[in-house]
Amino acid sequence: MSKRVSVFRKEHFNAAHRLNNPAWDNEHNKTVFGKCNYPNYHGHNYDLIVKVTGVPDPETGYVIDLKLLSDIIQAQVIERFDHKNLNLDTVEFKNLNPTAENIVVVIYDLLRPHIHNDHDLQIRLFETERNFVEYPTS
Amino acid sequence: MVYLTRIEHFNAAHRLFNPAWNREENEAVFGKCANENWHGHNYDLYVTIKGEVDENTGFLFDVKKLSEIVKEHVIEKVDHMNLNTDVEFLKGKLCSTENLAIGIWNQLFPHLPAGVKLHCIKLYETQRIFVEYFGAEQN
Repeated sequence: MSKRVSVFRKEHFNAAHRLNNPAWDNEHNKTVFGKCNYPNYHGHNYDLIVKVTGVPDPETGYVIDLKLLSDIIQAQVIERFDHKNLNLDTVEFKNLNPTAENIVVVIYDLLRPHIHNDHDLQIRLFETERNFVEYPTS
Repeated sequence: MVYLTRIEHFNAAHRLFNPAWNREENEAVFGKCANENWHGHNYDLYVTIKGEVDENTGFLFDVKKLSEIVKEHVIEKVDHMNLNTDVEFLKGKLCSTENLAIGIWNQLFPHLPAGVKLHCIKLYETQRIFVEYFGAEQN
């Protein structure tokens, strides 16, 4: 019986964003999104925890080389979003509201092609110390 | 003398940019922080006051009142704002963590009662970057 293990890599990035639904008028956006709708953007320190689950390779003892995982996250996520305005500077959120929920799904989709098919991938994204989201659900 | 600290937090956008320099000079000095469309942070603010304990209350200062002062004069002015464009007390200043800490000190200083002194503004921009300001008198 092979024993599956989860390994985790933590990274972070800083970004500006605002929550706004262009299909709604200003009043309705303000009512739903409150301060997060302010027109000149605000920002966060996002903490990202990437979880990869699989059976350790008998030759290396690794599920995945964590340095390799870090390099993948840097290339696919951090370089794309760090010190950026998610609404203005990224193609991913040109037409998608950059809520934590949407960001975590985007990050999953960016990373999934670079993780071995035998491995499960799960992303936890902290928008603040007290607000965080996870995808896919356990 | 006793020291008392209240922790608050806020989220804001900013960019580091000196309008006297051109784009290349700004990028050379401020790197990614000069991004013209802003980026942002979760700021953690530690406000430390000092003074003697009141015999009647056992308090240096009612920490709920301290929290209300910090919220009224700082948090409401910066939370979910763009520090460069939306904040009156930072107008004309470079929005570094250093200048933000000094600005916060100046916002709070006039609102503390006699006998309660502001000791330190400690401001975290990220978990690994913070500044401390002890006021002009210390210089």
